[in-house]
Amino acid sequence: MPDVAVLADSGSNLLAARNQMGFTLGFHIVLACFGVAFPAVMLIAEAYGQRKDDRDALQLARNWSKGVAVLFAVGAVSGTVLSFEFGLLWPRFMDRFGDAFGIAFGIEGIFFFLEAIFIAIYIYGWDRLSPRAHMLSAIPIVISGIGGAFSVISANAWMNQPQGFDLDGAGNVTNVRPLEVIFNPATGYEFFHMWLAAYMVTGFLIASVYAVGMLRGRRDRYHRLGFLFPFTVAAIAAPIQLFVGDTAARAVADDQPAKFAGFECVYESGDNQAEHIGGICHDGKVTGAISIPGLDSLLVGFSTNTYVKGLDQIPDDREPPAKTMLHLAFDTMVGIGTALFLLAVWFAISWWRRRDIPGTPWFLRLAALAGVGALLALESGWIVTEVGRQPWIVYGFMRTTDAVTPAQGIWWVFGLTMLLYVGLAVTAITVLRALSRRWREGLPEQPGEVPYGPPPGEGSGASA
Amino acid sequence: MSSADVCAAILWVGVTLYAIFGGADFGAGIWDFLAGRGERADKVRAQIDRSIGPVWEANHVWLIFVLVILWTAFSPAFSAIFSTLYIPLALAALGIVLRGSGFAFRHALPGPVERPATRIFGLASVLTPFFMGTVVGAVAAGEVPAGGNGDPTGSWIGFLPLSLGVLFVLLTAYTAAVFLVRDSGAAGDESLRGYFERRALGAAVIAGGAAVVGVIALHADARYVYDGLTSWPGIALVIGSGLCGLIALGFLVSGRNYGLRVAAVGAGTAVIWGYFAAAFPYVLPTSLKISDAAAPSGTLTAVMAVFGAAVVVVIPSLALLYTLSQRQALESYSASSDATSPRR
Ligand code: HDD
Ligand code: HEM
Ligand code: HEM
Repeated sequence: MPDVAVLADSGSNLLAARNQMGFTLGFHIVLACFGVAFPAVMLIAEAYGQRKDDRDALQLARNWSKGVAVLFAVGAVSGTVLSFEFGLLWPRFMDRFGDAFGIAFGIEGIFFFLEAIFIAIYIYGWDRLSPRAHMLSAIPIVISGIGGAFSVISANAWMNQPQGFDLDGAGNVTNVRPLEVIFNPATGYEFFHMWLAAYMVTGFLIASVYAVGMLRGRRDRYHRLGFLFPFTVAAIAAPIQLFVGDTAARAVADDQPAKFAGFECVYESGDNQAEHIGGICHDGKVTGAISIPGLDSLLVGFSTNTYVKGLDQIPDDREPPAKTMLHLAFDTMVGIGTALFLLAVWFAISWWRRRDIPGTPWFLRLAALAGVGALLALESGWIVTEVGRQPWIVYGFMRTTDAVTPAQGIWWVFGLTMLLYVGLAVTAITVLRALSRRWREGLPEQPGEVPYGPPPGEGSGASA
Repeated sequence: MSSADVCAAILWVGVTLYAIFGGADFGAGIWDFLAGRGERADKVRAQIDRSIGPVWEANHVWLIFVLVILWTAFSPAFSAIFSTLYIPLALAALGIVLRGSGFAFRHALPGPVERPATRIFGLASVLTPFFMGTVVGAVAAGEVPAGGNGDPTGSWIGFLPLSLGVLFVLLTAYTAAVFLVRDSGAAGDESLRGYFERRALGAAVIAGGAAVVGVIALHADARYVYDGLTSWPGIALVIGSGLCGLIALGFLVSGRNYGLRVAAVGAGTAVIWGYFAAAFPYVLPTSLKISDAAAPSGTLTAVMAVFGAAVVVVIPSLALLYTLSQRQALESYSASSDATSPRR
């Protein structure tokens, strides 16, 4: 069983480096999702609050902005670690391909600046800017979140579908065409898929906090709105996500057949392929799966006659590793994606008929789980993409083995990083919970105050 | 100038801004750590919060900018530096993580996490400048071979890298103190201004001593750079830096706010560009030239376009942020006005 052989070779630098990269990316992506989508949810609450003169909505936006501040800081530092890791773990990759792979990151840098600047203005401006100026300052945050995600994803898409350069006789990159690098064939679907994923993860996760609150009996307007804004955003993204995911799968079947055969467990090429749900893939067959005849072909080419390339056509040294994990990760993503879609439909029907959240506590219970579910789907999707690309770091051009650093001691670094990140995660969650407890305890107080304008009893700061 | 040289200059603009503004944020962490406890320490920390709170994340992005330009436009140099100096670089990254999260946590939630977060913030603020200093020292000393994979310990544990590490810590502390003098002065708090003024002067004297050691170390370990700094045009920049430094000292002592920061920033900028002039035409003196490390022209054009866009959109936004925070339009509310915010 080749999967075990890969994992058992635990002395190898390569495995350590991959674990380190995967773990730190998997951590950062959660914060990145919040960075992309939380400002949008916050802006919606603020815009609604200003338009309807709704104090609860304004209060939500204000409270959320503190959460955004904390999460943004942790996102920034964990993202910086990733930038270092490109050099620390994959120096040979950067040496050879940095001049093509790096381009999109340059654009990302601009968006990071704008995001950091306007988040500061927004957060520190609550008491100082006019309502209108304050709300305007959130718009660049939302745009730069999307732009930042586009740039990073474009770099990742290029690793999957490298183009826009030539290789000279010595194998060095020449004649780089930046636009072709940035807009490679995988950029479109990867970007839309990730963008929607960020809105789903963030929306469902925030909503789940208020769903739990409502289940515990806190059914005031503040909690209701705190549930409705983020949940609606996520519920709008969910159906579109199914469509984009499906497009992605078909594109992967065309462009990266080894990856597709890996996560669908297609061992023998041919038409009329069955879709396997669950199960274990090894020794050239699938066991324990629910197999629906012809469905895989149907999904790929809208006809059961569609030919699908299987692993038998792919040289052993070009097959992805860990096929069972890949397959189960893919099924997890699709399964959860479908479930979240159904939850969104339920919500939509109830809203359409009664202008209300479904009455049964079961809806809130499921909504309370939806955030974690979306997160699981997100992480599974990245496992499919990244592990499925193996053994390549640049698909078809450079193997991951040839990219890794010879430096020793990565296992140690990996262990320490895990400790550090667990500490960070625990502290961040503690801080967020403490903040929300404080807001809750303070709820009924001081009804006359407004979220804008200098706090009463204080001068307008120093005058220079 | 070739487009490779233009990209190297762009890289150096990023380095300059990160070293000065990002550096000052680390230096503020050092003063935060040294503030001790008590009522005055609280006032010191409040001023530090006000001064760096709104800007540190934006200043930090200059580092990202530098890394990205380096790996895109000069990927062999990036790879060589990271495959040799991975120990100090990893420790610098650790400092970034701890400093940033320490500051964010203590800022967000006064209370139980405040004290440990403050301590971590302060200690970590020393790590990054120190190890960045050793990296610069190792590069200047020619310890990073063009092909990478140089000596992982010997390259940076040496006279020049270690003395530059110490010098970097002192310089960030000095810059921070100057900025804090100016900010507390502008806020009209004379006693706090005096507090930072004494510290700025102390740091200036110690850093001056360390700079002398640094020059000796350059002479011993990095002859190419030393020679460049002591001949035209390097020498002009070094002298300019010294003059600006003296002017800043004069302003400090005479209690003058106006122009103080400009003088201190000028001193830093001049010496950083002095290095650039001295090391030219090398990225890695004396094993890798800018022209040999440079990416194909399509990439360089993209880098220049990105920089152009950054000048057009980022600089005005940064200016807006600095202006708002200088005018104290962005008063820190999270610690102080939590008590006055509506839902408390
Ligand atoms: C909320 C999260 C989420 C949900 C509900 C889905 N996905 Fe997904 N998926 C991701 C989050 C994600 C992602 C953001 O993690 C990935 C990783 C790389 C990418 O572009 O998006 C991904 C990758 C990814 C890939 C691999 C793309 C590649 O390798 O280039 C495929 C084929 C799918 N997805 C297909 C689907 C289908 C058919 C879904 C519907 C049912 C689905 N995804 C729901
Ligand atoms: C943030 C979500 C992401 C997650 C969770 C993720 C996950 C992973 C995982 C698990 C691996 C290890 C693969 C293996 O061991 O088989 C990996 C490798 C890697 N990823 Fe990603 N990835 C993400 C996004 C990205 C992006 C956006 C980029 C680049 C722009 C990227 C660049 C890399 C590189 C350079 C490697 C190492 C080489 C390799 O194993 O192919 N990743 N990632
Ligand atoms: C799927 C992948 C990714 C997405 C969608 C993403 C998105 C984001 C977003 C929105 C931010 C803003 C900070 C925040 O909101 O917390 C951020 C921060 C950051 N990310 Fe990522 N990122 C991804 C992967 C990566 C990778 C692979 C790198 C490595 C180079 C990286 C480097 C950074 C850096 C350096 C920052 C800090 C910027 C700052 O100082 O403000 N990110 N990322």
